[in-house]
Amino acid sequence: MTAKKGDWVQIHFVALEPGERAEHLPEETKKVPLEIRIKGFLEDEKANIGDTVKIKTNVGRIVEGTLKEINPIYEHNFGKPIPELLQIGNNLWEILEEGENNG
Amino acid sequence: MDKSYNSVMNRKNEIMKKSVGVDYSKYEVEGLAFDYEKMMEDAGYNLEQVRELQLETGVGNTPLVELKNINALIKKLSPKGKGARIFIKDEEKNPSGSYKDRRASVSAHRAKEMGYKGIMAATSGNYGAAVASQAAKKGLRAIIVQECQDSRGIGQPEILEKARACEAYGAEVVQITVGPELFYYFLMLLEETDYFNASLYTPFAIAGVETLGWEIAHQTREMTGKFPDAVISTHAGGGITTGTARGLLKAGAKNTKVIGASVDLRGLHMASDIDFNKKSFTTGHTGFGIPFAVYPDRSDVPRNAARVLRYMDRYLLVTQGEVFYMTEALANLEGMQRGPAGNTSLTAAFALAQEMDEDQVIVVNETEYTGAGKLPSAQLTFAKENGVEVKKGDPKENEPGKKIVIPEHPSQINYMEFEIEDMKKSYVKQLLKRDKKEKFTQKELEFIAEDTRSTVKEIKNIINEFK
Repeated sequence: MTAKKGDWVQIHFVALEPGERAEHLPEETKKVPLEIRIKGFLEDEKANIGDTVKIKTNVGRIVEGTLKEINPIYEHNFGKPIPELLQIGNNLWEILEEGENNG
Repeated sequence: MDKSYNSVMNRKNEIMKKSVGVDYSKYEVEGLAFDYEKMMEDAGYNLEQVRELQLETGVGNTPLVELKNINALIKKLSPKGKGARIFIKDEEKNPSGSYKDRRASVSAHRAKEMGYKGIMAATSGNYGAAVASQAAKKGLRAIIVQECQDSRGIGQPEILEKARACEAYGAEVVQITVGPELFYYFLMLLEETDYFNASLYTPFAIAGVETLGWEIAHQTREMTGKFPDAVISTHAGGGITTGTARGLLKAGAKNTKVIGASVDLRGLHMASDIDFNKKSFTTGHTGFGIPFAVYPDRSDVPRNAARVLRYMDRYLLVTQGEVFYMTEALANLEGMQRGPAGNTSLTAAFALAQEMDEDQVIVVNETEYTGAGKLPSAQLTFAKENGVEVKKGDPKENEPGKKIVIPEHPSQINYMEFEIEDMKKSYVKQLLKRDKKEKFTQKELEFIAEDTRSTVKEIKNIINEFK
């Protein structure tokens, strides 16, 4: 896929390599780089996914990184119905509607 | 300028001073002692001023709502004569959907007043949306820096939702993988942009929450004829509890018990790339709640204005499954779809109310907006995908990061008391360990006593215990 100047894109870059990271990190964190993702408008005339590009962010900063996504989608959602939760409302109304108070 | 990790971190104090506009050195007393009240007075705004500037941007004056059906349920489950009434402060009604607008409003006002072009905040939570929203109202630019993805590139759904909200308000969102070095990049951005650091822990941020406590005191008195017997807040960094408590005191509610509640995530490492996406709560949990209470100056400013041990009477822990259950209860019994993280305090209140007398009143001091990424269904779907078992059963079986247990019956909802005395001990232990303190001056001892609501004698006893 090709992006053109002005397209809304996401870039990615490594801010700290594993060896440059802070001390006292858990092993699993220490062995991976510190990565950053930022969205903005493409500054380059044309670019493909994986190219090194410049973007202009919402506040006008120019940032360089690898082109990761063009017109990135918001992928978080409402989730699936959770069987363990579905009857809570009914159960509570049943308790409220049955019999007298304790004690 | 040198951009290596160590050299940026070494410039921390000068960067912070420039970006917060507070000269913290003015409040230093001696060693670890500083004048907290003087800092709050000078650097913040008084309650009247805060109320006024919040009204200008539609922040605050949210409804206090009695949870009548939940209260009827509490009565059913309580022994005779017990079952306090719960009221909830519907903070979702703030412009960006949470009480965090109160904190952001004062910082944005301050930044504008001081001529900054933009504001920044390091936050994965509601505060980002609040800062972005308040910045928009003031014509300021905003950058929000989030800890968002793990090394697989998988983002926590709740944090992805916050990013969406921030972008909707026009902010730049910087998404970083797991690790405390987020702060390093945050400092570099402050250097690059000369923006105002809307830290959650400045006197401004706390002054912004005082109106919450003040409103609760007045509204509760209007609705019930007295101040609340207890106010419960979801405790993480300490700001909401500190600010609410200060506001209650300013309104004259001196006998109201101040209670903090957190989700129990003990055992999960906050800097772990693996544990990161095993959590279904990104805030309101013990991973922030305990460290910030016992070592408040770990924050991004030299002196943290959020100091809960000065105010908190009790600290209660609940499980993720219990909070999801109460989130469903709030939606189904009260018609209020909120949370879930903000419902941590409601969950503790539900259990506590059953022990309190029926003529007593508990106020839960916040709700928050919900939606994609944040709903129990979104969080539990994500949990299942990340290998966390979700089952119905007794919440006592809960295992953070491994098992989320949804109660089978509301009577199974309970809290675990985390003793304030143990927190005081940890506070002293942190000073001995982190600051490598061996001797304390009289002024320092007096400060520790004040900071933990203890006597100098008690503090001396704790110090001797660790020697």
